[in-house]
Amino acid sequence: MPGFRKRSIRRWNPPQHSFSNMEIPYTISARPDTGLWNAKLGIWLFLASEVMLFGGLFSGYVFLRLGSAPGYWPHGLLNVPVGSMNTAILILSSVTVVMAWASLKMRQFTRYQIYMAITIICGIIFLAVKLAYEWPQKFVHFGAYIKPAVAEKYEDYLGNKHLIEKGLEPRYEITGHLHEIEINRADADPAELDTLIKARGLEVVKTEDEGKVLTLKVHSPSDAVALRDVLGVISNPDEPNPAKRTRKAHGVKIEAFELALDEINANPTSPENERPRFIPRSLSEKTATIHMEDIDGDGQAWSSFEPRHSSYFAVYFTITGLHGLHVLAGVLVFCYYMLPVSTRLYRQNPEHLANRVEVAGLFWHFVDLVWIFVFPIFYLL
Amino acid sequence: MATPTTSTHAHGEHGHDHGDHHHELGFWQKYVFSTDHKVIGIQYGVTGLIFLFFGFCLMMLMRFQLAYPGEELHFLGLGRLLAYFFPTEMPKGIMTPDFYNSLGAMHGTIMVFLGIVPVAFAAFGNYVVPLQIGAPDMTFPKINMASYQAFFVGGVTMLISFFVPGGAAKSGWTSYSPLANVADHPGADVIDPATNLVVSHVHMIFNGQTLWILGMVFLITSSLLGSVNFITTIIQLRAPGMTWMRLPFFVWAQLVTSVLLLLAFPPLEAASVMQLMDRVAGTSFFLPTGLYVGGHLWGNSGGGSPLLWQHLFWFLAHPEVYVLILPGIGIIAEVVANNTRKPLWGYKAMVMAILVLGFLSFIVWAHHMYLTGMGAKVSAFFQTTTIIISIPSVILLTALMISLWGGSIRFTVPMLFATAFMPEFGIGGLTGIPLAFNAVDLYLHDTYYIIAHFHYIVAPGTIFAIFAGVYYWYPKATGRMMNDTLGRIHFFFSIIFINGIFMPMFIQGMMGMHRRWYDGGLSYPVTSGRVVLGYSGTEWNHVISWSAWLLGVAQLPFIFNFFWSIRHGKKASINPWDSTTLEWTAPSPPPHGNFDHPPTVYRGPYEYSVPGASSDFTPQAQSDAGIPEKEHPPLEPATA
Repeated sequence: MPGFRKRSIRRWNPPQHSFSNMEIPYTISARPDTGLWNAKLGIWLFLASEVMLFGGLFSGYVFLRLGSAPGYWPHGLLNVPVGSMNTAILILSSVTVVMAWASLKMRQFTRYQIYMAITIICGIIFLAVKLAYEWPQKFVHFGAYIKPAVAEKYEDYLGNKHLIEKGLEPRYEITGHLHEIEINRADADPAELDTLIKARGLEVVKTEDEGKVLTLKVHSPSDAVALRDVLGVISNPDEPNPAKRTRKAHGVKIEAFELALDEINANPTSPENERPRFIPRSLSEKTATIHMEDIDGDGQAWSSFEPRHSSYFAVYFTITGLHGLHVLAGVLVFCYYMLPVSTRLYRQNPEHLANRVEVAGLFWHFVDLVWIFVFPIFYLL
Repeated sequence: MATPTTSTHAHGEHGHDHGDHHHELGFWQKYVFSTDHKVIGIQYGVTGLIFLFFGFCLMMLMRFQLAYPGEELHFLGLGRLLAYFFPTEMPKGIMTPDFYNSLGAMHGTIMVFLGIVPVAFAAFGNYVVPLQIGAPDMTFPKINMASYQAFFVGGVTMLISFFVPGGAAKSGWTSYSPLANVADHPGADVIDPATNLVVSHVHMIFNGQTLWILGMVFLITSSLLGSVNFITTIIQLRAPGMTWMRLPFFVWAQLVTSVLLLLAFPPLEAASVMQLMDRVAGTSFFLPTGLYVGGHLWGNSGGGSPLLWQHLFWFLAHPEVYVLILPGIGIIAEVVANNTRKPLWGYKAMVMAILVLGFLSFIVWAHHMYLTGMGAKVSAFFQTTTIIISIPSVILLTALMISLWGGSIRFTVPMLFATAFMPEFGIGGLTGIPLAFNAVDLYLHDTYYIIAHFHYIVAPGTIFAIFAGVYYWYPKATGRMMNDTLGRIHFFFSIIFINGIFMPMFIQGMMGMHRRWYDGGLSYPVTSGRVVLGYSGTEWNHVISWSAWLLGVAQLPFIFNFFWSIRHGKKASINPWDSTTLEWTAPSPPPHGNFDHPPTVYRGPYEYSVPGASSDFTPQAQSDAGIPEKEHPPLEPATA
């Protein structure tokens, strides 16, 4: 590959290198009859496309929310103060990125760098709050949907009689922090089960039925999933295919969950729980036991607050995840504008760097704007 | 990959001295990681043509199964070869139903997203648009390169999906949920049909359906980057004097196509992300509550809506239909004006029609969904808009037809394809009008009638336009003409066999043959019992299949011609077709930067046979035609 090495050396000097015998016009100055330079038009077109992308996702939100049965769309689950703080941070960063651009226009490079650094820090704080606090919290929270037919058994935690009297939507989900689970290990591979219990540091609280039924103290819902997935050999003499008559399948049967209830289930008839509150509720002292046969979807409708838990969390994680990727992309671009490459560009052609910052700033405002829609539809409505 | 892009022209005539920047680009930079719009256009073109032929091969395999259901594929040992590579999909050379479904889904996907869009839109658009508007390159050359690379990755992802356990996607190119969610779901068993034993498990991500979605995400990204580039280029880089109404019609077609891609593709990207979440993260965007699959409750939260996928998909896929055809109409307009030696009839009306068409294409999508039970009121709305959209389409076709009137037509090879395009596109369009009506569509939906209808638009429509474009612009790209005799052979056999494929499908469709029958309808009395025009439904399958294989053979002269003419074709002058548009004032092939001198435009795009002019064509860049300026006084050239 002749020439390949030459290229890799030259790559560090992009502005002069790329077009040796041609110049693309209107990269920096505006074309007189359109009044635009290329990248500015380009970014607006790109943003139009982005509007359609998030439009598609938001229309998914609307479709799912309107299609959800009464009582299956949660309210007030997210931490509104934290969300408000993130909103403020993002709006602040939108201001500072304009200040950075204005500083460049006024040829004040140091101020530009300060404002740009603040913007980057704001973006990082936003992402950190999202990834280190808001998302992980969801994965340790637990919820199980009760079959509507047997909801009366759990009336103390659901309070449906009270809700119906008040003309509010019924409630079918019990949420909280998972403390203990009761399993039947009759079909499980004992060695595999023991290894798992040791590896995850689970504590056996109670043993019943000749050691077949165990009650275990668990740390998070992922422990329950791991226990359920322990394999065992299940035989099915009715299977027509002899190769499949005995097969490996889930060998542990979960019998019941015991959880520390959220305030909303601990005290379901309290008028304070009728509408979402600004300050999130803490966990209560109360616990509840949910039996597997009462859980909806043939005992499958339980999980942590992960994407598969419900339509709400599916669309929550998808939209905030995609929005987070956009924030990350913006932060990376801004970081590029702080590198020596950009300082050199400023020395050569300050207007060029200002234009770049303007384009990235427009993108940043768009990302901010998306959040302005995301925040109310998930946190407040 | 074989344009001899020498830069000697530019060097010699510019007389610039760029010092140490002045060097011959190496192979990788020149042909693989190129930022030159012409090289990228050729990359798109060659890759796209290969995919087009590959997609066609998938269809030829399906046609064997349809004509000779359940028989071993005995053609030249092909069946044994396939059995070797696809032991679970083609055991002993006999196609399994799953493999048939894979071929069907991938034929649609590859033809639409990896064949026609890259060739008709990206390849011709990249190569021709900057030349026709007098620009040195695209506005964002690096993004242009990234666009091709994203396309390439998407294409490779699609190809890889053939070789993963479970095979390629098999839920149709529409990937309807919940079928697409439960097909090959992660963790499912792959069973060898011969031994009936579990041979492997479907991987979380490396299964056909998930790879299909990932591939789509790459392809969507590619067309997003491409369309931003196209629109900016057309708006910003027009040469001085190139006013909007002086743009060649092809550029208008590309502009509208870009807008459609820009705005219609993202909702599918959103939908793809949701379907990916459904498959990988176990969410239920498109899965209803209480879904039973194979007698077992599907363990998802439910609460989703299968209809949501269809809305998001068709919101893309209907504009996509126009993405497929508009570049084709643009190519045909260029070829027709050039070979009738007269201006395009109703240029302004055509421009208005194509703009209206672009707008209307966003509000007709649900006519693909009459059968879903979305309600009579919604259907009535979309029925009305669908009928309205036929008006601009008819304006375009009529203007092209009338353009022939009174012209001194030269039947060059591109013109042969262009003249064939018009009636064939007309058949496709007119057979679509009954489908716009809810009541008729309920009967014809998902029959071979639909297949015939839209293939008449994209196969003898767009693909013929692609051929016309290749023959027409080949001398510009390579400096040599393609062989005329081989071109005529290619055309006449193609036109016969392509009609042999699709015309009988109208008959089959009206008989009631469903488009997805694996055995060609053998097990249904409606097809084998009833005789129309001397053949029963299954016998028509033989006619269609043989036409398809012979159509494949008819492409061999083209493939040979394409490569042979690069070195051995007749040398072409700068303007071999005596054309007026700007690309014919650049050297052939154009150097990096395109024009020796930045062109200035003085007149409209189609000044052929102007009374009193010195020749029968007056190029746009020619300031003096020997006659007084009339319609368009030259604007002040825009200054940098």
